[in-house]
Amino acid sequence: MRILAIVKRIIKQLLRDRRTLALLFFAPLIILTLMYFFFNGETEELVLGTVNVDVWFTAALEESGVHVIPYEEAGRKTVIDDELDGLLLVSNGEMSLVLLNEEPSASKALSAQIRTAAMRLAAEPEGRPQEIVAQYIYGGEDTAFFDVLSPVLIGFFVFFFVFLISGIGLLKERTSGTLERLMATPIRKGELLAAYLAGFGLFAVVQTIIVVAFSILVLDVVVAGSVWHVIMINLALALVALSLGILLSTFAATEFQMVQFIPLVVVPQIFFAGIFPVEGLADWLQAIAKAMPIYYAAEALKAVMYKGLGFDAIKGELAALLAFAAVFITLNLLVLKSHRSL
Amino acid sequence: MEQAVEIEGVSKSFGKKEVLSDISFLIGEGMIYGLIGPSGSGKTTLVKMIVGIAAPDAGAIRIFGVNVPNLELLEKVGYMAQADALYTELTGKENLDFFASLYPMKNAARKKRIAYAAGIVNLTAELGKRVSAYSGGMKRRLSLAIALVHNPKLLILDEPTVGMDPELRLSVWTELLHLKKEHGKTIIITTHVMDEAERCDIVSLVREGRILATGTPTELKQAYGAKDLEEVFLKAGRENR
Repeated sequence: MRILAIVKRIIKQLLRDRRTLALLFFAPLIILTLMYFFFNGETEELVLGTVNVDVWFTAALEESGVHVIPYEEAGRKTVIDDELDGLLLVSNGEMSLVLLNEEPSASKALSAQIRTAAMRLAAEPEGRPQEIVAQYIYGGEDTAFFDVLSPVLIGFFVFFFVFLISGIGLLKERTSGTLERLMATPIRKGELLAAYLAGFGLFAVVQTIIVVAFSILVLDVVVAGSVWHVIMINLALALVALSLGILLSTFAATEFQMVQFIPLVVVPQIFFAGIFPVEGLADWLQAIAKAMPIYYAAEALKAVMYKGLGFDAIKGELAALLAFAAVFITLNLLVLKSHRSL
Repeated sequence: MEQAVEIEGVSKSFGKKEVLSDISFLIGEGMIYGLIGPSGSGKTTLVKMIVGIAAPDAGAIRIFGVNVPNLELLEKVGYMAQADALYTELTGKENLDFFASLYPMKNAARKKRIAYAAGIVNLTAELGKRVSAYSGGMKRRLSLAIALVHNPKLLILDEPTVGMDPELRLSVWTELLHLKKEHGKTIIITTHVMDEAERCDIVSLVREGRILATGTPTELKQAYGAKDLEEVFLKAGRENR
């Protein structure tokens, strides 16, 4: 079968191109890891001011590595002036926490430590469960940055690398004359396109699984919902990237021109991917966001990974992604037509 | 004699430049037809239109009585492009195998054809090497083997012998003549080497998108009172000014 012959050829070619394989599989991991360390810089010691907190609690906190500074009296101003990460106040047996939240990761770590300490004490005979009310000086509870960022980043890297490699794959076929040579064989354009989608699609599947597994297993990215949904969304996005990459390669004469599409097509997607909140933008910008495939993927990934929602919450976005892919594939068939009418 | 290829009033322009104007000729089945002319004369464009990968602006082309382009027809056509269109990451054998599997052939038949095609161009020993390690001449030979691999009735070869040493050129020509005589293949060949043109049954002299003259090499030499085809070319060119 002709499609199978091309799929086999694409796989052989890619497997022999070690550099490209490394780019496809390891580059996303390296960048994700870097981002993880940048946004989760937990090396600094957490500093907590306390007012009226008993000795046991203080000891428990210090045991888990928090530097505790007791105050007679303190408030929000103290936190800012003394550069505390947080301030724990006890009055009438009620605990309340003020978090500086300059770095969300620090706030997250600190409140986790306090909750653990409170839970440990509560487990002891004379202890009682504590309800801790947290206040934030900057931002709010939801600003755990890497947690929000990681779904977007995973989607973006899948999109970017699949786009680049599939686009350049077909471009090479065009510049080396083999595409024209193929047109002199009885192959149909639909078959050629299907083979390209399948051949590069296989590598996209492997890449998606590696990126998702690495994020979860090594970087400890929390997936509140189903991992299968995460993979499903990324595969839909990879299909969009594949068909868009192949489509745009038609308009590039050289590999360098293909790279020129990155600032034009790929970079703007980052802005609309939800790293910056789209809801606050001007109406016309929001309209543009709706035309970006990554916007839907990021929304769906955030829904699954961060909010823990199920399939019902993402089916609209999945449908949007598949619609994008369908449009790009149709355009591909039209554009390929210019070489031979069949 | 049956007609293998019929070309009727074919014209083609790229932008404002007309590269082929009102070309018509017939190619009888079982002959070697040479298109002779300098580079830029429109030979390659004409050949691409016969294969069906470029569309003429006007006119029609028929192969074995079927209008071009036609997918089933392409099974009967073997094309060797002027630029080697090969997958350099793959070995010679993998290239042959890939192109062969685009045609309807059983596995066993395909293996036989691959061995045969590689033998003709004397590449059997180098088939396991990656094409990126091939010399220019080896790539030409592999391209020729690919054009032959599915046993086509019509061979269209665009400057097949460029970069080959005289010995190999001779053996390729011996094989082309054999394919014509023993297997009744029709062969269209473009070249700018005059001694190759002498071996064709019929030659057309192409210049600036027009056919200056057509005939057997002997007829042409007689008609123009020339001692070789090179002289015919010069004289025909002056007359057409």
